[in-house]
Amino acid sequence: MSLLHIDLPGLSLKNPVMPASGCFGFGKEFSQLFDLSVLGAIMVKATTPEPRFGNPTPRVAETPGGMLNAIGLQNPGLEKVMAEELPRLENYDVPIIANVAGSTEEDYVHVAQEISKAPNVHALELNISCPNVKTGGIAFGTDPEMARRLTRKVKEVSQVPVYVKLSPNVTNIVSIAKAVQEGGADGLTMINTLLGMRLDLQTAKPILANVTGGLSGAAVKPVALRMIYEVSQQVDLPIIGMGGIQSAQDVIEFFYAGASAVAVGTQNFIDPFVCPAIIEELPELVAELGYSHISECTGRSWKRNEKLAYHRA
Amino acid sequence: MRKEMCTVVQNKEIAHSVYELTLSGQMAGEMDEPGQFVHIRVSDNLDPLLRRPISIAAINKDKQEYTIIFRKQGRGTSLLAEKRPGEKVDVLGPLGNGFPTGEARSGDTALLVGGGIGVPPLYELAKQLVDRGIKVISVLGFQTASAVFYEEEFSRMGETYIATADGTYGRKGFVTSILDEADIQADILYSCGPTPMLRALEAGMFAPKSFLSLEERMSCGIGACFACVCPTKNGHEGDYRKVCSDGPVFRAGEVAI
Ligand SMILES: Cc1cc2nc3c(=O)[nH]c(=O)nc-3n(C[C@H](O)[C@H](O)[C@H](O)COP(=O)(O)OP(=O)(O)OC[C@H]3O[C@@H](n4cnc5c(N)ncnc54)[C@H](O)[C@@H]3O)c2cc1C
Ligand SMILES: Cc1cc2nc3c(=O)[nH]c(=O)nc-3n(C[C@H](O)[C@H](O)[C@H](O)COP(=O)(O)O)c2cc1C
Ligand code: FES
Repeated sequence: MSLLHIDLPGLSLKNPVMPASGCFGFGKEFSQLFDLSVLGAIMVKATTPEPRFGNPTPRVAETPGGMLNAIGLQNPGLEKVMAEELPRLENYDVPIIANVAGSTEEDYVHVAQEISKAPNVHALELNISCPNVKTGGIAFGTDPEMARRLTRKVKEVSQVPVYVKLSPNVTNIVSIAKAVQEGGADGLTMINTLLGMRLDLQTAKPILANVTGGLSGAAVKPVALRMIYEVSQQVDLPIIGMGGIQSAQDVIEFFYAGASAVAVGTQNFIDPFVCPAIIEELPELVAELGYSHISECTGRSWKRNEKLAYHRA
Repeated sequence: MRKEMCTVVQNKEIAHSVYELTLSGQMAGEMDEPGQFVHIRVSDNLDPLLRRPISIAAINKDKQEYTIIFRKQGRGTSLLAEKRPGEKVDVLGPLGNGFPTGEARSGDTALLVGGGIGVPPLYELAKQLVDRGIKVISVLGFQTASAVFYEEEFSRMGETYIATADGTYGRKGFVTSILDEADIQADILYSCGPTPMLRALEAGMFAPKSFLSLEERMSCGIGACFACVCPTKNGHEGDYRKVCSDGPVFRAGEVAI
């Protein structure tokens, strides 16, 4: 499997495929279906200082090729995550990326400081891009100055490298990416969900109780690719790419755009075995495409590469 | 719990827009509690994207088969209605916690109350209760005569009452109209159906113990995504249950419906 091994800040990944935050809980349910140790890493559900109940239901709605969610960062809170959820994951040979969320700067700093002490947390993913909470969340991810400041504060206290999760709900994603780089981020993860809504034909009202929700799934893939393509050329940070990935082919496309690893979200709901299936298919696909290592695919869409030109001539 | 390509044995319309679909697969062997559900991928392309939760209506372990009954409604169930014998269907299941049959003792009387498309899981429940020597009384409500199904099947298991909202069959009105009139003494009540009906049953206290099966929009169906939560009524703020993995069946009063 060495042609899939990837080293990123804080992360030695046996393969670059991991479930995305919020789409895999804390791994407990999926562990009944397959051995979590096959995964490159696990991005666990957002954690806030206190337990959060989240938004009223309905929290999900469907749309062709995608879904809207307005979960509202429901989670059991820092204490329980540290005491129960993370220790359970120590039974597996898999690095954990902890998704950090909050309403205020202090919330983020507090969670980051504590959760980064957990032995199996190898990196943090700073969630400044959740569209479904009233305070915090996306506010930090749409203003470059706030994003830079928060990144810096979190970097000061974190024991492990910090990846910042970018929101696609901005006009200029490169400016946010540059801001968090200045703030000291070790990497980027992108994209979070796109703000959208659905209406009920009978009642004329929004289907989601929260009115709006985040769009994910195959429908958002082109948006994710475009943003990774733009950011990877302007910013010198590794990117964990996500947004609509369903197959090994999709993974390669994300690498071509500029990603160094990928996460799979919504597709886990449709096929709970999607991550192990992709991991199994990747080596053959990488070889078939003529690469000796998957990292050769990163940024191939925009990198000048003589070797490839020669190879394909 | 497993993901399996199950084979369609039979699919037929048993009432207006109501289909009885029998599938064969090893997961039938894991189906223990009535009231559990399966999560079905109705199409292998992107539309519809999400799986559809449908209750298990009958289990035949000897033949490794199980039956679901569903109403053709939107895109997902319409595609499911078109499945033909021999076709494979991607199913995740069995999921959730069903009706606790052990709460009823031999010699007890169980009252089963079903509304519309909530009737199906009560059928396997009735079978299992009768097998254990429990007397079953069924009260089933439907919209109209053409929507009525399984009256005969339930009648074989015990006294059965039917209500239709428009009065075209059985007693005119709702299941509660029957419960208010007929003097039914039961030790335990099990129910599945529309939320207003469940609320009325919870308020009516028709038996000392009641268990209700809830519905909520789902995505994962296994407890990982927090789509399907409902708050509990135990007074602890922020306490919740997941309908897919803690339920769909709850003791009346446990969660806010
Ligand atoms: C635990 C459980 C057991 C169920 N058992 C049965 C059963 O035995 N027979 C039956 O006919 N129906 C049952 N339902 C309802 C069934 O899931 C919906 O009718 C079905 O999902 C509708 O899909 P659709 O594509 O036809 O409709 P659409 O309206 O096009 O569906 C759009 C979206 O809304 C969701 N949705 C729509 N209605 C419901 C609903 N009532 N509950 C949950 N999600 C819904 C769909 O899953 C889909 O994601 C059950 C629901 C749950 C939660
Ligand atoms: C139900 C659901 C819950 C999510 N919860 C979180 C979360 O807690 N934190 C976070 O950073 N992203 C969350 N996301 C966003 C995903 O991690 C991912 O960025 C997004 O869904 C795009 O990937 P996908 O198209 O593969 O799903 C959630 C997405 C979904 C669908
Ligand atoms: S549907 Fe995902 S937690 Fe219940």
